Amino acid sequence: MSQAQLAATGREASPSAPTGPTGSRRRRHWREETAKVLFVVPAAFAIVVLFGYPVVKNLTMSFQEYTIRTFFTGEAPWVGITNYVTVISEDLFTKTVINTALFTVGSIVGQFIIGMLLALFFHRHFPLHGVLRALFLLPWLIPLIVGSAAWRAILDQDSGILNVALETLGFDPVPWLTSPDVALIAIILVNIWLGIPFNLTLLYSGLQDIPDELYEAGALDGATGWRAFWNITWPNLRAVVSVVLMLGVVYTLKVLDIILGLTHGGPANATQTIATQSYQRSFVEFKFGEGAALSNILIVISLAFAVVYLRVTRRQVDE
Amino acid sequence: MIKKRPVLRRWATVAALAALTPITLAACGGSSGGSSGSSGSGSVDSLTVLDYYTDDPGHSDIGDQLSKCGTSIGVKKVVHQSVPGPTLIQKVLQQASSKSLPDVLMLDNPDIQQIAQTGALAPLDDFGINADGYAPGPKAAATYQGKLYGLQPGANTIVIFYNKDILSKAHVKPPKTWAELKSAAKKLTVGKQYGFAFNATADYEGAWQFLPPMWTNGGDETDLTTPQVAEALQLWKDLVDDGSASKSVINWSQADVNDQFVAGKAAMMLNGPWQIPVLTQKKINFGVVPFPVNKEGQTSVAPLGGEAWTVPMTGDKEKMAKAADLVKCMNTDANQLLRAKQGGVIPTKIKVAEEFKQQEPSMAGFVDAVATARARTGKLGPKWPDTAKTIYTGMQLVLTGQAAPADAMAKAQAGG
Repeated sequence: MSQAQLAATGREASPSAPTGPTGSRRRRHWREETAKVLFVVPAAFAIVVLFGYPVVKNLTMSFQEYTIRTFFTGEAPWVGITNYVTVISEDLFTKTVINTALFTVGSIVGQFIIGMLLALFFHRHFPLHGVLRALFLLPWLIPLIVGSAAWRAILDQDSGILNVALETLGFDPVPWLTSPDVALIAIILVNIWLGIPFNLTLLYSGLQDIPDELYEAGALDGATGWRAFWNITWPNLRAVVSVVLMLGVVYTLKVLDIILGLTHGGPANATQTIATQSYQRSFVEFKFGEGAALSNILIVISLAFAVVYLRVTRRQVDE
Repeated sequence: MIKKRPVLRRWATVAALAALTPITLAACGGSSGGSSGSSGSGSVDSLTVLDYYTDDPGHSDIGDQLSKCGTSIGVKKVVHQSVPGPTLIQKVLQQASSKSLPDVLMLDNPDIQQIAQTGALAPLDDFGINADGYAPGPKAAATYQGKLYGLQPGANTIVIFYNKDILSKAHVKPPKTWAELKSAAKKLTVGKQYGFAFNATADYEGAWQFLPPMWTNGGDETDLTTPQVAEALQLWKDLVDDGSASKSVINWSQADVNDQFVAGKAAMMLNGPWQIPVLTQKKINFGVVPFPVNKEGQTSVAPLGGEAWTVPMTGDKEKMAKAADLVKCMNTDANQLLRAKQGGVIPTKIKVAEEFKQQEPSMAGFVDAVATARARTGKLGPKWPDTAKTIYTGMQLVLTGQAAPADAMAKAQAGG
């Protein structure tokens, strides 16, 4: 990600070299400028249509009474902040906010720690390390809906392989998806499993960018093992870490498929998050205004993290 | 992430165009012969149909019936399109905003009134179609503000299926009362086998499965905080609490419940006749009884299921008339009977249902249940979805021990 950004800025900087003011040159210059603009047009169009329009539409929709009827009549009366008041004043709202926070923090911490450990592990060269590393990417390749269906079978209370294994080891079966106290933990575990490849890949490539000389020099000064990690690896990896964490937060906040596939927000709303509630309002209950209000709340939260991310990366570039 | 379809044009424009179309058509003159392809031609070449019968044999059976009906009403081609059940309404909304609604639309019966309320459906009365001779349930479900919007060729409901082999081996009789249901279920719970399985998911399916105990006990959807409803919640809770039903029922769809039954992991289940093809194929020796009553003197009441054919307001008057003919054809006595024999549904015309009962005595339990089955939208109309949400939320609160049966529904109403 950061490399791509650097490449992009590099490309922008170079073509501004001045050209001579003769007639043909000027015409060529003009043609070049047009070409440049033409190259940007599709991207700009895509951004406006694919990002700008839905965001604006979502915003206006959240202030409207937008229901099934609207699709047929085109009538969506303005209702001010009623939709926001409705969704926030519900008993369920506090619970979904807490669940969203727990789910996000739990997933990120788990994914990051395990991803980091695996990245460090694979950074050392040993036979078959490439094959093994590729195997760890598998969760990334499996369609989410398939992944969640498989996990639903694994976590089934009566016949799930996990409980069968626990029972043969002499433990009591765990009500993974049927107890409101456990279900949130279960979906966090599954989401950690899904997020490991992303963390592993980015952190691993970050590790490879750290020059070996630093470690050699550090070793001469007696910095090995943990000391090498804290004094060499961690500071050099900071830029990648901040990218991984920020993107992780934004991705995790909006996770929907896993939760719908595993618990559908249940049991008794124990795994309901802002994202699942937004989906539920819009596409199950067809209260599009309320659904839009919830997803706007989610956008604002994501935006807060994005701003923090931009500030952090800008500071790093300045350094 | 949440993107909504834009409303492209106002429906009014469509309606205005619709009003103009016949004039243009009339000006062209109707007897232009076989000039297919030209928009001005008076004959209807093709009709598009949308439903959610994606799986075979249902998809091909319905497809055959549609094209036969098409031929009989003089339409050359019937384009049959199926989308998965949960996405049907979304698809219809997309089509409504892009003015591409099908000529004939199948709707699940509890959705009819909600869609009719938007003005997207044409009242069938306009085409001289009525529902005389139909069972009261299907009629009520398709009627909105005194007008009929759909005709349902077949209906279904849910009853108790029991595995005859397992019950006879354990010397257990199919239950007639809640007490018998509880004791039978307990007796049949051995090792990895549960006595009873049902579906209690946090969605409309879970709410639908709660209706037999609720309605049979005299509970009513207009007031969910009555003792009758609380007793029904207690029944579900008792079955799960004493281990006669798996705690996983809160995650089991009706298909999952059927899988458990087929695998011999449940001796009895609450399910519908659409499972019969699978049960027969797997050679399960099963019987059915209506949902048991709580106290003597009560009658078993189950919810009405099944789908109706409707005519959307596409604006093309001529096509809409042909579409109405197609709906009518799908509901002839012969087609109702054919559909019943193919697909595990019961004819909705009382006379045809009686005939079906004589031809297939094994389906008698279902025929009787459908005759008295109650439509979910019968009392609440388009307000049903909100109530269903309260029902399934309350049910989940009780089954997970978050609320007592007496206050679960009130808690669910507050957004539990």
